[in-house]
Amino acid sequence: MNPGSTPPAIRFRSVSRLFGDMRAVDDLSLDILDGEFFTFLGPSGSGKTTCLRLIAGFDQPTSGSIELHGSDVTSLPPYEREVNTVFQDYALFPHMTVAENIAYGLMIRKVPKGDRARQVREMLDLVRMPGMEARKPSQLSGGQRQRVALGRALILRPRVLLLDEPLGALDLKLRQQMQVELKAIQQKVGITFLYVTHDQEEALTMSDRIAVINRGRIEQIGSPADLYEHPATPFVADFVGVSNLIVGPLAMSLTGSADTFAIRPEKIQILPADSKPPDGRVTLEGQIREVVYLGMITRYLVAIEGGHELTVIKQNRDTTSMEVLAARSQRVLLAWDPQYHRRLAPEAS
Amino acid sequence: MAVPRLSVGPSLVATRSWLHRIGTSLYLRPRLLLALLLGPPLVWLLVVYLGSLSSLILQSFYHLDPFTGQVIRRLTLDTYRDLLTPAHLEIFGRTAAMAAAVSVATAVFAFPLAYYVARYASPRVKGLLYLAILLPLWSSYLVRVYSWRLILAKEGILHWFFATANLEWLLDSVLKLPVIGGPSLSVSFLGIFIVFVYVWMPYMVLPIQASLERVPQSLLEASGDLGALPGQTFRHVTLPLAVPGVLAGSIFTFSLTLGDFVVPYSLGNSSYFIGQAVLSFTGTAFNIPLAAAFTVVPMAIMAVYLIAARRLGALDAL
Amino acid sequence: MPSKALPPSARRRTPRGLAMASLAAVLFLNVPFAFIVLYAFTTDDATFTFPPPGLTLKWFAVAWNRPDVWSALGLSLRVAALATGVALVLGTLAAAAVYRTKFFGREAVSFLLVLPLALPGIVSGIALRSAIGLLDLTFSYWTIVIGHATFCMVVVYNNVLARFRRSGRSQIEASMDLGANGFQTFRHIVLPILATALLAGGILAFALSFDEIVVTTFTSGHQETLPIWMFSQLTKPRQRPVTNVVAVFVVAITAIPILIAHRLTQRASE
Repeated sequence: MNPGSTPPAIRFRSVSRLFGDMRAVDDLSLDILDGEFFTFLGPSGSGKTTCLRLIAGFDQPTSGSIELHGSDVTSLPPYEREVNTVFQDYALFPHMTVAENIAYGLMIRKVPKGDRARQVREMLDLVRMPGMEARKPSQLSGGQRQRVALGRALILRPRVLLLDEPLGALDLKLRQQMQVELKAIQQKVGITFLYVTHDQEEALTMSDRIAVINRGRIEQIGSPADLYEHPATPFVADFVGVSNLIVGPLAMSLTGSADTFAIRPEKIQILPADSKPPDGRVTLEGQIREVVYLGMITRYLVAIEGGHELTVIKQNRDTTSMEVLAARSQRVLLAWDPQYHRRLAPEAS
Repeated sequence: MAVPRLSVGPSLVATRSWLHRIGTSLYLRPRLLLALLLGPPLVWLLVVYLGSLSSLILQSFYHLDPFTGQVIRRLTLDTYRDLLTPAHLEIFGRTAAMAAAVSVATAVFAFPLAYYVARYASPRVKGLLYLAILLPLWSSYLVRVYSWRLILAKEGILHWFFATANLEWLLDSVLKLPVIGGPSLSVSFLGIFIVFVYVWMPYMVLPIQASLERVPQSLLEASGDLGALPGQTFRHVTLPLAVPGVLAGSIFTFSLTLGDFVVPYSLGNSSYFIGQAVLSFTGTAFNIPLAAAFTVVPMAIMAVYLIAARRLGALDAL
Repeated sequence: MPSKALPPSARRRTPRGLAMASLAAVLFLNVPFAFIVLYAFTTDDATFTFPPPGLTLKWFAVAWNRPDVWSALGLSLRVAALATGVALVLGTLAAAAVYRTKFFGREAVSFLLVLPLALPGIVSGIALRSAIGLLDLTFSYWTIVIGHATFCMVVVYNNVLARFRRSGRSQIEASMDLGANGFQTFRHIVLPILATALLAGGILAFALSFDEIVVTTFTSGHQETLPIWMFSQLTKPRQRPVTNVVAVFVVAITAIPILIAHRLTQRASE
């Protein structure tokens, strides 16, 4: 993708949306490129769904403009924009069959009946629900309804597909399966996907690029690896994965500078208290306060000087649960490679 | 499957018809759309309903000149003063007493049925009972009143029943009671009372049942767990929680009885209730101001009642 | 109306006293109508003698031939039809407005839309009567219809609003998202979803108007709807069983559609 040759699929120009005094979206500008799987990631109330609705046309920005493929759509109603949405509650029409739901957009565009039936069949194959034309939404499971909603939007071949936390209502296994399928469909069909979620694992799994949003503003945009390895702000460091934030005097004593930095729990090595400190590592003494056995990994909460606590995660490759839980209140030595320090911009007020 | 990359889907046929353009401009102007939706019904209600209510209040401040028989359109309290004659006060008192008696009686008779439906009935029986309670409500009100005229008539079923059971003496002594008795059940306050209880009973059953259903089973179990006997649980837990429902039902029974003229007319004598009085004033007497003033009285009573009921939590039970 | 059955209670045995009191109440509510049906067949035309001296079918024919019954029925049907029509339009508009937008004064409007049914009929009746008097209007078909349409509107409003609340707004957005403008969305999505609510509301409004006596008495002058006709018959000693025949007919004509409306709202809420 070379930005500059084709206009971005979506462009926000200083978009703000105010509800009274509340800034749901605060002077937001960004470009989303053609063909990418882009995710808005943020906690509830961060404004990510509002951004989606602004693109779809269900809401109008208070100021700023939105462009789709180079043309300003800010004053267009949703039915005149070439984007389609998969809703969080699927929004299937209860009085129509699966086939009628999927063909709805085609019917509005006056596509002839025979054509419609053929395209519906093809779409049901794509979303892996062949033969379900005659069912009604009330007869489908959550996962099936989700696929019908997807099919209904995709059949119109929009240039951009908006997905509003579509997997929230599914159970874990199904959700993980659907994440893989959605990514596969996106790459097969080749259109831009704009995904909204609060689940950072989901975002990391599927996205080409992620925008972390907090209180109506973008905290950071980048690829999943970028965000995880190089978080720019404390919020990102803590929202994407788990981080230990080292501030003030402790930071001074460990690094010689008072800047806040973060260190990921899996980067910290946990050694018996009397071990020889490894070369080239930052070391810290501490006492294990709590052990949480999570099957694959164990999470340790280690109390260190000054009343602070660090989270350390260790893979249970050579230990059993009994051994691990017996570690409580042991004194230990923590060690990590300082190259994994991530200096963070101070948090905005 | 062959979905070509980046192909553009079927385009929206350029439906730039004027209808489409109107729809779009309405979509982008939500306030205008709201005005169009809300306007007609609101205007109707303001003009017809609030307008006539205001004219009611206004008329109550006019006065009918007893000599010319014309309504003098000048504000005065004379009509309200007319309300305070003994005959009129008797009407208010009579109606209020009946309304209170009816409310108490319906509460007492409706409670067992409501309790049964809320706490004992299986879903199938509950559905059937709903129908049994609602069907009378949906049937014509006038027909239901009329049916009692039939039953209570001197030559009718009830008298026949008493005669065959050799209990005629009982019926006669009841009818000889002052105030509530009369020449026959169908022309007596007792008769009126019975019919009022009959017609308004469903209005009492439903709110009581709803508030009883809202009592979680776990509360009753907790009470038993803490050592209370079933009777004590009923008195200390269930009953107080059912009171909002009873109050809500009583709002209906009280208000409906206060304003009714059909039942007293069908089963009463010349002792008027409020409803009959109002009707008579609009008839040959043609004293609309007095009729209006009369109506304001039950409105005021109900306003006070509603405020008290809301304070006691009845309105949440509706 | 939907209720949650409490499983533990259903397994308990009902106390005898409670069961008998409940049964008595149910019988009290429903048996009186049976007597109306009985007296439609009696040969005694002047009194309510029990047991009826004889049984006959002739009163059905007599009622059929009574012109005053037909004209009262005709007026009732015409009034109910127009009042229901107006109520369907205005009630739906109001429900859509209240559901869609949070506007200033929404609670006041909701309250206003409850009043016509909440205030006793006599208040509405005399209010309309005094307005008619103040404006020097003449009683007519239209005065009756205006009174009826006002409270019928409330019934439709309640039904439609409840239906709106159950279906949620995302389907309307989905329809627009897929390319349908406001009118198309209304035709393909909103109307089918509202259909049962409109039907149920319409039926209830019709029945309410058909049966109404209190407000009608004050707004009708010399005209007779069917309830007014029945009311006038209460004091006339002639041909009493005809009133019974008409009563049976009225109940049949209103109860059956209401049962259907009830079924419709129940099924739609499942």
